[in-house]
Amino acid sequence: MSDRTIVPASLSLPLPWRDILPWTIFAALALLAIYFVAAEEGATSIIPGMYVHEFLHDGRHLLGFPCH
Amino acid sequence: MVPNLLVRGMLVGLIAGLLVFGFGKVFGEPQVDRAISFEAAMDEEKAKADEANGIHAVPEPELVSRPVQAGWGLFTGVMVYSAAFGGLFALVFAAVYRRAVNMGPRATSALLAATGFVCVYLVPNLKYPANPPSVGEPETIGYRTALYFSMIVLSVGAVVLASALRKQLAVRHGEWTAALAAIGVYLLAVIVAGSILPSVDEVPGSFPAGVLWHFRVASFGMQAVMWATLGLVFGALTERAFTDARVLGPAARP
Repeated sequence: MSDRTIVPASLSLPLPWRDILPWTIFAALALLAIYFVAAEEGATSIIPGMYVHEFLHDGRHLLGFPCH
Repeated sequence: MVPNLLVRGMLVGLIAGLLVFGFGKVFGEPQVDRAISFEAAMDEEKAKADEANGIHAVPEPELVSRPVQAGWGLFTGVMVYSAAFGGLFALVFAAVYRRAVNMGPRATSALLAATGFVCVYLVPNLKYPANPPSVGEPETIGYRTALYFSMIVLSVGAVVLASALRKQLAVRHGEWTAALAAIGVYLLAVIVAGSILPSVDEVPGSFPAGVLWHFRVASFGMQAVMWATLGLVFGALTERAFTDARVLGPAARP
């Protein structure tokens, strides 16, 4: 590792917002992934057909999401 | 720091996913199978009645076989869900660490996971409980999904507000009073939201109550396994990483 390794000056300080904000794009990706498990081809649909719905059927029910 | 947390969160999410899959396979799938048997019996009765009235039903084509749904399908769903929540968990951890509460990494992680379990799953599910196959009208899926997601959004929003309130009150009134007041405000908010939002009750009268109960317990257990794994494993690994970073410092790293 180079000298660019970021180590918090103290464990008693919060992580700076400027370090966190660029990574929140991953939150959008995570929410999209959850959407596919939870609702795709159920309430709304991006991909036509019912394959995604049927494939993820058991997980969707057991994780607590409404399904057919 | 943040990318490390993010990768760690998703990896811990995958570990959690494996455990959730195992739990779901053992305790959840038997209930799904029982619900599908019930559905099949109902469909058969309906088909017989239709036949008597001269209506010939065309059987629905099976897109995905039951073994695939209960195997790779369940595995994929659970792994994607858990890894995604692992990533979200890490980002929220990065944001709240030493901000929302002034605790070490393990305690922050455990508290965050407990809060996530309650506000993302438990409370929305008390209003709109998980249902096995054959419960629920296909026509109302959009309506039911909208209601369930509304309840999640309201519950998460209430936690954010309650947490901000707790921080304000803690300065003047002490930790205990602040924490209890925040919990009270959260509960009040979700009870009000829950009583305003319409109820959904589509369980067929003849559906076996035992199957419904065991299905919901299995669903509860899967979520509890996921959140507990996220909170405890992420916290332990992060505490170790933080401590190593402090002891070694950047100069000591190879």
